[in-house]
Amino acid sequence: MSTLAPTIAAAAPAGPAQTSTLRRFYWSVRRELWEYQAIYVAPVAVAALVLLGFLISTVHLAADLRAAALDPARQNDLLQRPYRYAAALIMLSTFIVGIFYCVEALYAERRDRSTLFWKSLPVSDVTAVIAKASIPLVILPLVTFAVTVATQLIILLLGTAVLSVSGANAATLWAHVPLLQMSWLLLYHLVTVHALWWAPFFGWLLLVSAWARRAPFLWATLPLVAISIVEKIAFDTTRFATMLQTRYNASREAVIAPGTLPIDPMTHLTPRVFLSSASLWLGLAVAAALLVAAVRLRRARGPI
Amino acid sequence: MACIEARELRKRFGGTVALDGISLRVTEGHILGLVGPNGAGKTTALNAMLGLTPYQGELRVLGHDPWTERDLLMRDVCFIADVAVLPRWIRVSHLLDYVAGVHPRFDRAKAEGFLTKTTIRLTTKVGELSKGVVTQLHLALVMAIDAKLLVLDEPTLGLDILYRKQFYDSLLSDYCDGSRTIVVATHQVEEIEHVITDLVFIDRGRIVFDSSMDGLESRYVEVLVHPARIDAARALRPMHERQGIGRRALLFEGVDRQRLAELGELRTPSLADLFVAVVGDHAGQAQEAHR
Repeated sequence: MSTLAPTIAAAAPAGPAQTSTLRRFYWSVRRELWEYQAIYVAPVAVAALVLLGFLISTVHLAADLRAAALDPARQNDLLQRPYRYAAALIMLSTFIVGIFYCVEALYAERRDRSTLFWKSLPVSDVTAVIAKASIPLVILPLVTFAVTVATQLIILLLGTAVLSVSGANAATLWAHVPLLQMSWLLLYHLVTVHALWWAPFFGWLLLVSAWARRAPFLWATLPLVAISIVEKIAFDTTRFATMLQTRYNASREAVIAPGTLPIDPMTHLTPRVFLSSASLWLGLAVAAALLVAAVRLRRARGPI
Repeated sequence: MACIEARELRKRFGGTVALDGISLRVTEGHILGLVGPNGAGKTTALNAMLGLTPYQGELRVLGHDPWTERDLLMRDVCFIADVAVLPRWIRVSHLLDYVAGVHPRFDRAKAEGFLTKTTIRLTTKVGELSKGVVTQLHLALVMAIDAKLLVLDEPTLGLDILYRKQFYDSLLSDYCDGSRTIVVATHQVEEIEHVITDLVFIDRGRIVFDSSMDGLESRYVEVLVHPARIDAARALRPMHERQGIGRRALLFEGVDRQRLAELGELRTPSLADLFVAVVGDHAGQAQEAHR
């Protein structure tokens, strides 16, 4: 963020009474990061826990590796496990932060009446809502990526140090841990699934956040449950619930056969199939419609 | 030039009429006091002017339609819509950063200058400040913005007398320069008595009184009438009558001063008395009509 700051600040026209839309957007995002520090504190805290766990595990890492010396698959698993844990847990933390953030984002400012202050400044409702939507769609994936890669790098360096000290061959570690490839896969997953595929979820949460007069979390979840129940009783079908579940279970089109152990995972990425899938674009259209509704609600709703 | 031009503004909340055809024109450089009892429609009228609520009728503020162009309007308009609406979680320095970042007319050095006159430090969080100090902070921000129109809605409600007085004092000494327009809504009339140039009373969604302060002094006279001359005074149809100490105070509108001078001592009515006379009678009449 900090390297971006001067560039964007400089992007503002030099006129005395001008601030560009980009500049207002930039400061609106900064504002969100000041208010919701969990956006970066949560993943960093999870990373610290993962590192702590890894450090403790290094006590028996060398012994475990020796025990698995004749089983390359097991050795592979042993060496790669901490990296997978780091990625999975940090992603989980930012996903949860994203949900809570979206539920609060347009609700908290009405509850504490500060919306009356924000609206007294020349920032349009469109800019404000897009800045808020960019947190789960752009900022959190970026934070997840940065924190995860940094954590994995530290794990790699610590692992190397520990294995060298214990006399094991640290080169095994480097051979088994393709850090660059892991980072690329992670980024691909974050962009396709977390940002693009799940966009309608976040759009829905932001809409409820802009609309609810109280208990936004209940309003965000209970109607979905209610629709599923009514559908089940009325038609004995579960289309709505299945649809939500498919959406949550992430895209089938982004990678081929998820869950299988790939020989070279890179060949399994199918961005072209993903980008040409109808459900992706349908989902993005729904997300856009939900955000438009959120903008209109933010304009109309006063403090509660 | 008209800063605010409103014609037949109407607004309903369900079955309640909040604005019942308000027409108002505020000229540049004037300081308008919008006075009315609680629930009279002051806030709704101001919210309409600030683009916070939709309305029916015609309304232009600095040439903009507030509802569709709030963000453009806010480059030239500042408002304090309530007491202590600054977000509690924000640090004062961040607040200055943000306003400087998004507002083209904000002078950060000026705001920091105002803050040095207070106890507010840049590292403090808004939540740690008392209500009165938050108001000081908000006023410092607003006064550092070179706006054409400032709108204040009950900006000092619930503050103690020191902060209330200080608020209007700094507004007058550090902000008003004759070209800025200010609209201030309150139900505490005495507070703005010496600040405003124009006065509007609003009651149940309608404007019941509209006058400049200069016009008010020449049009309205209060006479402290000696009991012996009370009948003669009442024959001149006072708009309001109240009991003073030993004498009765009668309020007249547009009656020749020389004739009134024969009845007793003349003085300019206080806004509070005028308010009671106009809005109180209005409310009384409405109640009688209701019966």
